[in-house]
Parts: sequence; structure tokens; C-alpha cells
Amino acid sequence: MAERYDCIVVGAGPAGAAAALTLAKAGLSVIVFERGEYPGAKNLFGGILYTTVLAGLIPGFCDEAPLERHVSKRRYSFVTGDSEAAVDLSFDAFNKPPFNNSYTALRARFDRWFASKAEEAGAIVVAEAVVDELIMENGVAKGARVRMEGGTVYADAVILAEGANSLLAEKAGIRPRINAADYSLGVKEIISLPEGVIEDRFGLEAGAGTACEFFGEALGPGVEGGGFIYTNIDTLSVGIACPVSVLKEKMLKPNEMLDAFKLHPAVRKFLRGGRIEEYAAHLIPEGGYNAIGRLVGNGVLLAGDCAGFVNPSLYKEGTNLAMASGVMAAETVIEARATGDFSEAGLQGYLKRLNDSFVMQDLKRYRDVPATLHSSTGLFKEYPEAVMELLERHFTVSGESKAAMHKELRRILRGKVSLWRLAADALHLRNLIK
Amino acid sequence: MDETLKPLETKTLAEKLYLVRFKVDSTSHLAVDDKACQECTARSCLFICPTEVYRWDEAASRVIVSYEGCLECGACRVACDANVLVWNNPAGGFGVCYRYG
Ligand SMILES: Cc1cc2nc3c(=O)[nH]c(=O)nc-3n(C[C@H](O)[C@H](O)[C@H](O)COP(=O)(O)OP(=O)(O)OC[C@H]3O[C@@H](n4cnc5c(N)ncnc54)[C@H](O)[C@@H]3O)c2cc1C
Ligand code: SF4
Ligand code: SF4
Repeated sequence: MAERYDCIVVGAGPAGAAAALTLAKAGLSVIVFERGEYPGAKNLFGGILYTTVLAGLIPGFCDEAPLERHVSKRRYSFVTGDSEAAVDLSFDAFNKPPFNNSYTALRARFDRWFASKAEEAGAIVVAEAVVDELIMENGVAKGARVRMEGGTVYADAVILAEGANSLLAEKAGIRPRINAADYSLGVKEIISLPEGVIEDRFGLEAGAGTACEFFGEALGPGVEGGGFIYTNIDTLSVGIACPVSVLKEKMLKPNEMLDAFKLHPAVRKFLRGGRIEEYAAHLIPEGGYNAIGRLVGNGVLLAGDCAGFVNPSLYKEGTNLAMASGVMAAETVIEARATGDFSEAGLQGYLKRLNDSFVMQDLKRYRDVPATLHSSTGLFKEYPEAVMELLERHFTVSGESKAAMHKELRRILRGKVSLWRLAADALHLRNLIK
Repeated sequence: MDETLKPLETKTLAEKLYLVRFKVDSTSHLAVDDKACQECTARSCLFICPTEVYRWDEAASRVIVSYEGCLECGACRVACDANVLVWNNPAGGFGVCYRYG
């Protein structure tokens, strides 16, 4: 006899672990399959972990989760080929609990801990177990086929939390084939430096961290995307992200782009003396609200990245949406158990929960961001150049009168971009931060 | 000299891959389609892969796949121009195994 559970969860990332924890707490039998050697072995992010949902699930998480630094500073840097204009924001209020609910973290460590909490609550987490397909009977998911001995497992419902490379959701016909314009490729290195050096170099209180984002020509003139440095305890997370469609069109090599980013004068000064510890790459679903498709099928619910739940604006938030959607998928399964209806119609409560939460509300709010970024190429070339030329002129010490200089500045700006386009783009730009 | 005053060390792709932990399976989880690849003009897989898993063998007129260095990011699958690239998950526990992530 094949095994049977109330619910199967595919993937032990933030979405899967949050779902399993919620189901186990409610007393349901739940089994999680994770293809990595341990939960987190295949996962990476920037990254900043936003912890509002986690705090609800595990109130004392702060004292036991493997977190790196709380994020009390933000640095936004606008770069051209060799110059930079940056704002460095420092909030002392974020140095106190709840630390603005944001911490840097390393996913190979965090995901492992988070999945262990689901296990403590009663979920069974099986690592080194690949789910190859869902068991479908008359169009209804009845279980999963796992690549191991006795790998046929049945359940009332399956929560797919397989991440961005959504093979199973595609195979089950719930999601269409992945589209290059809706995904960015993130490439990242872990670079080690002594703890004290990181704090001095980034101007941090002991234990505090910063998130540095680089825009403009960070990936080269006219290339959509950006770069980042996040401070961990004794390492830096340094990386870039660029839409797959842009890499394709411009025939770019991600490893070379990352190397070039690290050598930019605005970046290399932070990395001095560092040692590379690891190299990693992962997709990010950045299509936003407009790229979201079906979220439930008969007996199946999609949560986290495989549903497309990443906020594509400046906030680049995915983990929190993954956890929230995992919890809501689990609540929907718990609810369906009472009625016994696990059909697509019976699982519609999931959509209502999502729509009533920050997950869909934020995705809707920033729904125009991906299109704005794809269309406003000026953001990645003309504007950074015009702004930097303007500033450089302004601060250059010369014999020229200020009046003559200002006239020259207006000429530079007009030469780079038409005023109409500037006005049109400015309207769009508001979408990025509204 | 103070270590922290030195510039960041540079590493070739091969050296970077040496830092990543892999548990290599005996069979490839990736497959291309020789006929489609011959007709493919863009051959995006050749440049888009962050670890240069794909290489064009001029003599054999086909794409060589060195799946051992795959970080399982999925970019090649998204990018494949003819949509012929077969992308499977490696066997449980095999493939890339991040220590930091
Ligand atoms: C470069 C980069 C930077 C980012 N920066 C941030 C950030 O700063 N802040 C933030 O909040 N978010 C960030 N994100 C997004 C964030 O990482 C994701 O939104 C989040 O990890 C989604 O969680 P998930 O559980 O849905 O998927 P994942 O974390 O991808 O987990 C999916 C899990 O499923 C497993 N799996 C997949 N298929 C199978 C299968 N068939 N059988 C068994 N197991 C399977 C995988 O091994 C994996 O463990 C970033 C992402 C990237 C790539
Ligand atoms: S992109 Fe696809 S079709 Fe083209 S060469 Fe690569 S694998 Fe072959
Ligand atoms: S999944 Fe990523 S690392 Fe692996 S072959 Fe494809 S592009 Fe290269």
C-alpha cells in the first residue's frame, strides 16, 4: 500500500516550510519533499529576509534563527561608467527591536533552520527527494511520484512550492512555459572580510547591516538591471540581476558582467581585501502581477516563486511573500478538509486570502514596474550620464562663472534626452517607489 | 601589507567553480537536440549560462554539455531559442550544494 498524507508539499524553501509548519500545527499529516541534500542546499537570494510573516509563525525567531545582521542602513547608488551619486540612509530606530523586520541572511543556513521548525511541529521533511510528477486521476492531483524506492505518495492536496524554475507546475498544465521577459537571472558571490572591517567600511554599529543597491549603468550602458552588496556578519553578498530577455538580446555573459560590476570604482572600494568563498546563480520571477497565472488546480495550490510572488519594485521582496502564500495555501487546505472539497472550485478560498493580503495588494500596486523598466531604457543610460555630467560640471573647480556653467548644464541635459521623454518617464518612474 | 588594503582577488570561472560544492551524478540532467542546435542561429545557451556549461564543437557541429558545473539556475531552459533543451532535476541530493546560498 502506498503511503497517504493529508497534504504533500513540494520544496522546503520559505514557501514550503511555512506551509508545512502551518499544516502540522493544525494537526494535519504533512510530508515535504526537498530535492537538495538539505533544505537550502539549492537556494540563494540577495538578500534581505523580511520577517513580518516569520514573526507570526515563530515569535522567538530572533533568538534562534541563523540571521546575519539587522538592516538599519540603506544605500542607493546611481552609477555611470566611472562615477557615482549615492544616498546613504541611516535609521537608528532600526537598531532596536523589531529591527524594522529586516535581516540579512544566508539561505543554505536559514532554510535548513526554518524547515527544522516545521519538523518540530510534526511535519515530515524528506531531503534528497525529487518529485518528478504529480499523480493525476481524471484531471485531479491525487499525490506525487518521488524519485526513490516506494516513491508513490498520495494526499488530499499538493502544495507546489518548487521555486522559480517551475517544472512541475508546467508539467501539470497549471503554468504556461516560462517566459524570458518575466525572469531575471541573479548571479552572486560570497566574499569574506573580517567582521570589524565590514562594520568600519560600511559605517555600521556592531551587529547592524546595510543594503547597497546599484542602479543606472551598473551593468553597463543601456543594460536593464542592477547590482547589490548586502553585509552579512563576516561576509558580503555581492551580485547582479538582469532580465533573461536582455541577456539574450545583447548576448551577455553573466559571469563577466559580475566581474565587471565588482571592478566598478563605486563597488570595488567595498570589496578590497576580500576573498571569494562561493559563486551562485538563480532565477527571480520578476514579471509581477501581470505575469501571474492560475494559482490553483484540482487538488493543487501554487505558493511562493513558482506562483510568481516577487515584488519587482525597489523592495525586491520575495521571501516574505513566499511565507505568506505558503501559510494561506495551508489554511485553504485546512478549510477544504472540513468540506471535503479539494477541487479547483473548493480551493478558491486561497485566491480570496491572497487578494485580501499584502501579497496581491503589493503586487497590484507595482504592476506597471516591469513594463516601465523594460521600456524606459533611458534609466540605464541617458539619465545616469546626464545627471553625472551635470554634477561633475557643477563641482569641478575651474575659473568658469556659475552662470555660464548652468547654461552649459541645461545644454547637456537637453542633448541627452528630450524634455517630453523626460516628463513621460518621470511619470512612469513614480511607479517604482509610490 | 594589511590584507584588507589589497584589491579583491580575481578568479577565473574555473577557479570560482572550484569553490562550489557539487555532488556529481553519473548521468546528465540536461540534454540538447543536435538537429535543432545546428539550425539554431542565436545559440543563447552558449553565452547565457553563468558557468559556461554549453560549448559549440565546430568539428562535430554540435553543442557539448558539461553538466557537472551546472548551478541549476534554469536560465538556459528559459533562454533556449528552439525550446528543445531538456532540463531535469538532478537525482535527489546530487548537483550543486551551496554552503552559504
Ligand atoms: C539573486 C536573488 C536575490 C534576491 N533577493 C531577495 C531579497 O533580498 N529579499 C527577498 O525577500 N527575496 C529575494 N529574492 C527572492 C527570494 O529568494 C524568493 O522569492 C524566495 O526564495 C521564494 O521562496 P520559495 O520557497 O517560493 O522558493 P525557493 O526558495 O526557490 O524554494 C524552492 C524549493 O523547492 C525545491 N524543489 C524544487 N523542485 C523540486 C522537486 N521537483 N522536488 C523536490 N524539491 C524541489 C528546491 O530545491 C527549493 O529548496 C531574491 C532572489 C534571487 C535569485
Ligand atoms: S539555444 Fe537551444 S536550440 Fe539553440 S543551440 Fe542552445 S540548446 Fe540548441
Ligand atoms: S541551469 Fe544555469 S548553470 Fe545550469 S546549465 Fe543552465 S544556465 Fe548553466
